[in-house]
Amino acid sequence: MSDSLVELKGVTKEYGAIKAVDNVNMNVSRGEFLVLLGPSGSGKTTILSMMGGFTAPTSGQLIIDGEDVTEVPPASRPTVTVFQDYALFPHMTVRENVSFGLAMRKVSKSVRYKLAEESLETVGLTGFGDRGIHQLSGGQRQRVALARAIAVEPSVLLLDEPLGALDLKIRRQMQEELVHLQKSLGATFVHVTHDQEEAMSIADNIALINQGRIEDYGPPDRVYLRPATLFAAKFMGDSNIFEGIAVSCEDNRIRVDTQMGQLAFTGEAETGATVHVSLRPEQIRLGNAEGDNMIPLGEIKVSEVIFQGTHRLCHVRAGKGLEVELLLRLPQDHAVSKGDTMNIHARQSDAVLLRD
Amino acid sequence: MPAWIKNAPAAAYLIAALVFIYLPVVVLVVFSFQDGLLPVPPFNGPSLQWYEKMFANERLMDSLLNSVVVAISSALVTTVLGFLAAYGMARRKPRFAGSIRFVLMAPLTVSYLIIGIGLLITLNIVGIPKSLFAVGIGHVVINLPLCFAIIYSQFGDHLRNIDWAARDLGAGDFHTLTRVIAPIMKPSLFASFCLSATLSWDEFIIAFLLSRFEVTMPVIIFEMLRAGLTPEVNAAGTMVFAISMVTVGIAAVVMVLNYGVKK
Amino acid sequence: MSPSSAQMKRRAGFDFTRWAIHPALIFTVVFFALPLTAMVVVSFWQRVYGKLTATWTLANYSKFFAKDYLLDALLNSIEVTLATTAISILLAYPLAYILAYRIPAHWQRFVLILTVLPFWTAYVVRSYSWLLVISEKGILNVMLMDIGLINEPLAMSYSRGATVLGFVHFFTMLLTLTIYANLVQIKSSYRKAAADLGASPLQVFLRITLPLSLPGVAVGAFITFVICIGDYITPQILGGGTEVLIPQAIMLQVSRAANFPMASVMSITLMVVVVAVYFISAKHLKMERV
Repeated sequence: MSDSLVELKGVTKEYGAIKAVDNVNMNVSRGEFLVLLGPSGSGKTTILSMMGGFTAPTSGQLIIDGEDVTEVPPASRPTVTVFQDYALFPHMTVRENVSFGLAMRKVSKSVRYKLAEESLETVGLTGFGDRGIHQLSGGQRQRVALARAIAVEPSVLLLDEPLGALDLKIRRQMQEELVHLQKSLGATFVHVTHDQEEAMSIADNIALINQGRIEDYGPPDRVYLRPATLFAAKFMGDSNIFEGIAVSCEDNRIRVDTQMGQLAFTGEAETGATVHVSLRPEQIRLGNAEGDNMIPLGEIKVSEVIFQGTHRLCHVRAGKGLEVELLLRLPQDHAVSKGDTMNIHARQSDAVLLRD
Repeated sequence: MPAWIKNAPAAAYLIAALVFIYLPVVVLVVFSFQDGLLPVPPFNGPSLQWYEKMFANERLMDSLLNSVVVAISSALVTTVLGFLAAYGMARRKPRFAGSIRFVLMAPLTVSYLIIGIGLLITLNIVGIPKSLFAVGIGHVVINLPLCFAIIYSQFGDHLRNIDWAARDLGAGDFHTLTRVIAPIMKPSLFASFCLSATLSWDEFIIAFLLSRFEVTMPVIIFEMLRAGLTPEVNAAGTMVFAISMVTVGIAAVVMVLNYGVKK
Repeated sequence: MSPSSAQMKRRAGFDFTRWAIHPALIFTVVFFALPLTAMVVVSFWQRVYGKLTATWTLANYSKFFAKDYLLDALLNSIEVTLATTAISILLAYPLAYILAYRIPAHWQRFVLILTVLPFWTAYVVRSYSWLLVISEKGILNVMLMDIGLINEPLAMSYSRGATVLGFVHFFTMLLTLTIYANLVQIKSSYRKAAADLGASPLQVFLRITLPLSLPGVAVGAFITFVICIGDYITPQILGGGTEVLIPQAIMLQVSRAANFPMASVMSITLMVVVVAVYFISAKHLKMERV
């Protein structure tokens, strides 16, 4: 627990009868890049807003750096928020914006201008100090907002969909820069987004939020490859999810009958219960199952092939009577075409048994 | 056919309307330069005698000063009150926001005359004599809803984040307002100041009801009217008109420059 | 300062944002709501030897409704105001329409400003200016006689017509503004779509433009009604004592007789009329749209 910087204990936010955030418990470690990921309206922004002190929780406790800050106003918290619309002060120059926080801390002009220049250098805007906000591009504004936030050296930087307004190319570039910035400052970042690709490419840990609760929490690869819940499997990119029936359960070993054959998982389930199994499109392979751990999934018929450059996306029908629709992501050199029939298989350990 | 209008009947209607709208103004201004005793045809041609007479009219000049003082001070108070109220409404949606807005906007739906009579009766009951100060208060009452509405309409969601950002970076109430919010709102604050100053400058009935010895210019002009038609009134009216237009013109230019161009 | 002491300070502290609305609110209550309440109270008081006395009575109201000349003043006012509102709308609508749709966009702002500029003519002087135009020796009579249309000057001033003329001049400008503001908000794609679907220009106007512009008309008409029915100067200067409108009657009670109870009764009646008109037109009134 020593490295836990931000701690949420049973934090709940109600708006009338609606629970925007429902009993969330969370620990953010010092130096961690945490991404709060979820669809719009999931409560992720509300959680960030409560961390920043702009929204008061209905109940629960928020601890930062060992202090209970639940009722502390934003200015007195060791957090700084980078807003979605950047909230740059339009009547001030870049330098005045970046040094504003220092001015409020009564830092002398010469010192704060020097520190502001350093912050600008950190975000790659050396020499932009005299520009007006209206003269900047979206990406530049984003950097100024970052520079303004890091100038006051917060322990936690809160970023509310900071890349949402940028176009795709700049967004990818800024994602990398954000990670570099965070690692080089050694600061703790909490970043909100609804873009799961963005989340995976920048996060140390992802907290997947849905309906005010944490659906899943962990490193990106774990959350992607072994999603904890049905929602997590669906939200984190394309997934094949099919139903099965737990036919036996003994010694912590579950056997599940599906349309495409029997699969085995570790865990507990009631015999006869309907369960969901997830397999990512790229985890389904063509051909007969050979070798340990590989299980056959029967015969399929290709109904559509879409060439996407790096791979071929195939819609296929599988199972008895070809009633199950599956999505396959095949390498470029697998030239399949509509109407082809073939066998498929997958690695037993790739299949994930999902909690509802 | 001129390029700025697309068809003849429309042009004819527009010109007729402009003649109707400008007729009294032109007559007023032209006959303020009348060389003669009456502001009616024939026009005997340009003379500044009535302006000279007006500037020599001490009572009129005193009232001019009174009008300026009342206009500027009431406009200042109105703008500050309107700004704070708009800020409070926009910054945190208060409980009863609807009712508060209703109360603040209510004076718009009541005639100036009735507001004036109400204040007059109140002064009478409380035993406070009529004064320019009372006139100023009346002018704040009638202009506050407009100023509040103008300033409030310019408070967008982006300002809420800007306000939060300022506080997040350590600014207190005073610095947030004076260094961040007010400078951003400067154009609409200025516009609402100009608008209330103009409306106060031109207001008659409240000034008439609530002032006694020291009066404002519209009250004096009204008194002069009782003497019948005289080019001196034309001169005074022309001056009031000119000052109003300059103030409104400055406000319009500021608004257009700050909102019209950037957006 | 450690966070915990900052926290203590905040908890006990003064939350500025919560109080920012209060100065304006308190001001409006003290100098607007209270005076109106005082007016209502005084309307039930008596005047004894010219002094206000807090003796409760309904006599002022019964007197108001019993005296024909007082009730007439109210009826006159309503007639003049309705006429003014109707004529102003009829004049202003085409003007606003021309401004919005018949003048190229880059000229619109200029022509609009030109059209409403005399709005800022000194209020007291506006009616006087019309007197200059329509008086017996005024420019209009002189011109008409020069053309030979009339032989003797027309008696246009000091009449109900003169009052309405003065009002219409002012409110045409105001209504042009509110209607124009509404017309330019109507997306041109609506009209194009209607025309594309086979509507004639007249049908486009009647079925698309006119209904969508009614809020602007309603707001302008309501403001016109409120200002017009409470205006003292215009009938005083242009009407010239041929008939008394309610604001003049109120002013007579105040200035001649210092009869505050009666002035209050009449003011309240005037307010009731305005409130009634508000509720009648309320469903079209969306103030925030203008």
